[in-house]
Amino acid sequence: MIELLLPPLLAGLAVAIVAGPMGAFVVWRRMAFFGDTLAHGALLGAAFALAAEVSLYPAVVLVCLLLALLLVALQQQRKLASDTLLGIVSHTTLALGIIAISLQPDVRIDLFAFLFGDLLSVSMQDVLWLWLGAAGILALMVWGWRSLLSITVDEDLAQVEGIPLVATRTLLMLLLAVLIAGAIRTVGVLLITSLLVMPAASARRLSKTPESMAILASLFGVVAVLGGLTLSWYADTPVGPSVVVVAALLFVASFPMSAQQARRS
Amino acid sequence: MSEPLVALSKVSLRFGDVSVLKEIDLTLHSRRITTLIGPNGAGKTSLAKVVLGLHKPSSGTLNRRAGLKVGYMPQRLRIDDSLPLTVDRFLWLAEPAHKDERRAALARVGVAALQHQPVQQLSGGEWQRVLLARALLRKADLLVLDEPAQGVDVIGQNALYGLLADVRDEFGCGILLISHDLHLVMAATDDVICLQHHVCCSGTPEAVSRDPAFHDLFAGTQLTTPNMALYTHDHDHAHDLHGNVNGDAEGDRANSVAKHDDHDHSQCDHSHGTHHD
Repeated sequence: MIELLLPPLLAGLAVAIVAGPMGAFVVWRRMAFFGDTLAHGALLGAAFALAAEVSLYPAVVLVCLLLALLLVALQQQRKLASDTLLGIVSHTTLALGIIAISLQPDVRIDLFAFLFGDLLSVSMQDVLWLWLGAAGILALMVWGWRSLLSITVDEDLAQVEGIPLVATRTLLMLLLAVLIAGAIRTVGVLLITSLLVMPAASARRLSKTPESMAILASLFGVVAVLGGLTLSWYADTPVGPSVVVVAALLFVASFPMSAQQARRS
Repeated sequence: MSEPLVALSKVSLRFGDVSVLKEIDLTLHSRRITTLIGPNGAGKTSLAKVVLGLHKPSSGTLNRRAGLKVGYMPQRLRIDDSLPLTVDRFLWLAEPAHKDERRAALARVGVAALQHQPVQQLSGGEWQRVLLARALLRKADLLVLDEPAQGVDVIGQNALYGLLADVRDEFGCGILLISHDLHLVMAATDDVICLQHHVCCSGTPEAVSRDPAFHDLFAGTQLTTPNMALYTHDHDHAHDLHGNVNGDAEGDRANSVAKHDDHDHSQCDHSHGTHHD
């Protein structure tokens, strides 16, 4: 049993730990829609990988990174509102991805696995890559923490104080792209945003500093992965949705938890 | 005088077809408070953002002293409720100094008690002081304040302007202040620049308040000697600024030419009515 559960467990933990701080930024900067768009890009990348018969992860990461750069560039213009633009890019990418997959009748692909995740099928090699990616993202976040947080507080103020706005924004988008590309196998394209948003939202009420919110969000993510896997193991439910359901339960539970904390302090 | 902190020469700014600033000359020095006044929509904030480096001039030159540190104080910051941030942490972001230094900076501007409060709970006046503390921590050479008096009561405004004058004297920084509030600002400033897309008139508060161009721009606003106006000011002028600038401009000018004084208002010899259609 442990050989069977170890790779999905390790993969899920890698994603959950990074999704904590990253999800905090998604919540602070109201980037949930960006997350969705990038996730749809991941599906397009997977379709390309199948068509070109190259390996999956590099293609997915590449497409997500390109899409992230495109979004940063589009953000610089002011003619069209950001969410309108994202709506266009997001669903175009999703449609293209699904068409690209359906045009390949020879390829037996489980679309369901991409949309909702297939944590149980990850290999130890996938796990290794996920942990390398996770370590890389976390290192870059720690390195750029003050800049990332400064542009989140106020972009004008950060710029006046000498923080490169576009470069910092790009860094954040690229890190988010890599995370989402890596997470496509764990919770899938349609559910990844929830793994970003829910643990961070649950952590908000229990935190007094940005850092404690980021760390607590990671912890909530870890609990969600553990709980989801357990639920899936005993009740035979699909893993991705189970993780999301546990994350949602944690969010609901964070209300009484924060009330209790408020009473104590 | 020493090398200016920032010098603008013939700076113009356009957004698409809209001309926001025309041929602005502006020099900011250490130890001087310069106030930008002008009606709503006159381009005050745009000019401040050019000085801050947030807008690139469409033409003209902008020189900043090498290594200039600028402290920016927008009216107030809207920080999303989802971000748990205390005042102390907010200051740490600007300058990772020792906690005691942050406390000292807050104490200097009179808000030491706010150190561990969430920033979302700050009032307008408290924000101004916290932002001022942040600028002091960074040892800014130039402070830029956008409408610091808005949302602050008259007593609070006086205290704030007094604090700014103290900061200028103690730390030797230059200050650029934006306001559409005439009277209070006039009392607390070294130089006044009257803006209506271009520089209408400039000089000391006394000189500007006697300038016909200034009267044209603020026609309908009750004016008294600036220093006398501190406590008699009423807050209805924002509407007057919009409604009455066009008013009796010609008549006013005819009347006030006689009062014409010893300072520069050369750029104002055309009708201001054209800006208000």
